[in-house]
Amino acid sequence: MPLPYYVSPEQMMQDKAEYAKKGIAKGRSIIAMEYADGVLLTADNPSASLHKISEVYDNIAFAGAGKYSEFENLRKAGIRHADLKGFMYSREDVTARSLANGYSQSLGTIFSQEIKPLEVEILVVQVGVNGQPNEIYRISFDGSIIDEKNFAVIGGRAEAVQSVLKDKISTEPTALGAALALCVSALEQTANQKLPPEGLEVALLDRNRLGRKFRRLSVADVRRLLSD
Amino acid sequence: MKSPYFSDFESSSFFDFLTEHRPGLLPGAGKTASTGRAVPPEQTAQGAHLTVPHATTVLAVKYRDGVVIAGDRRATEGFQIADRRIEKVFKIDDWSAMAIAGAAGPCIEMAKLFQTELEHYEKLEGVPLSCEGKANKLGQMVKANLPLAFQGLIVMPLFAGYDVKRSEGRIFKYDLAGGRYEESDYHAIGSGGKDARNTMREHFRKNMAEPDALGLALTALYNAADDDVGTGGPDLVRGIYPTAKFVTAQGIVDVSDEKIRAVYDELIAARRSKEA
Repeated sequence: MPLPYYVSPEQMMQDKAEYAKKGIAKGRSIIAMEYADGVLLTADNPSASLHKISEVYDNIAFAGAGKYSEFENLRKAGIRHADLKGFMYSREDVTARSLANGYSQSLGTIFSQEIKPLEVEILVVQVGVNGQPNEIYRISFDGSIIDEKNFAVIGGRAEAVQSVLKDKISTEPTALGAALALCVSALEQTANQKLPPEGLEVALLDRNRLGRKFRRLSVADVRRLLSD
Repeated sequence: MKSPYFSDFESSSFFDFLTEHRPGLLPGAGKTASTGRAVPPEQTAQGAHLTVPHATTVLAVKYRDGVVIAGDRRATEGFQIADRRIEKVFKIDDWSAMAIAGAAGPCIEMAKLFQTELEHYEKLEGVPLSCEGKANKLGQMVKANLPLAFQGLIVMPLFAGYDVKRSEGRIFKYDLAGGRYEESDYHAIGSGGKDARNTMREHFRKNMAEPDALGLALTALYNAADDDVGTGGPDLVRGIYPTAKFVTAQGIVDVSDEKIRAVYDELIAARRSKEA
């Protein structure tokens, strides 16, 4: 039996991280941004049927960047977790914080124990109701979890989009149209191309809705909001 | 978030997920349901029948815009009234509602599970189930409850859905073994179901207007309460009235208490004049 050759743990982790980062950077970006009535999620996604943004529970949405099959699995796991918790206890006991914690645990374990890390970066977003603040959690391939304020970007050239947004974002709550226009311009700047409404996937967590707060915006909705 | 959420679990059904990973959370579990062994009725039925609250007459009537689904408010435990305000008609999602008869606890649990089931499927798959698909799924859930039914914990749903593709309301009834049958005009189940059906048979017309359909549903419930001890009529002293929902293209709409009270005021006045 041939002896396995020695690789230092530092080297191994570094290699894995590099591999995962490369995979995530290949894709396109997704932005989550707070606006006056909730949270807006905007993705550069030319496909109308393969979603990157999805509903998880009443107040909670999920967005995934990187490898589709991998974040799709994470998305389904999250919905099972949330629905089970809501069924077992009550709908108000399902929180983004516990969901984000679960994701962080799973991703962390897979990163350290499996040979191939997951090439994904995900967002778990919760709209605050009854005066509670919104929550935006960004979770990386290695399970690190960051509690973001105002906005968060994942996938593609996330850092470039982030720096564009950082300069332009106002501290005052913005209207939906203005927030969407800002997201689209940031995505266009870093992608170096014009993004038509058909090439965008846009969804909201609108705190003024009753029950389930998640709503997808149609191409017509997006066009109307951007032309206002 | 460990193994059960990931695993190689492929199904988009929440019911299947619970069955496989958390069977203890299924309606009425922890009795014989978990072993799947049916206990002969004579061994347990009497005891179970007398101690568990039961819910009674519920019905659904088709009309021009969809379906009106309604139910009385009484739950009984043997010869006692267990609850005067129980709710037997549930909104399941934007296009469907269900009414229940049988043992109250498992019935309410099944309605809650069915709500979660449809929402779960919609979120995982990105599209809602078809009306037919929902009706079939409910049949499977009733079938899974068969061992409990032998113990006297019967759960009997009546399903009313708006079929968006066909642009019409549809009514489905079930049997204990999970058999699913579509009704073309109206149906009623529960201890007073037969009395309610008799009324509807006499007065049902195709393509009724909304007020006529509501009037027929509430009259049928009134007559059922007249003849069946397990069904509660309008309680004028406490102001408790049967509940009803419209299932239409506009979604599920609760019929307001005032509207129902107005129908009964008229009905009772008419009956009273006959007695004079």
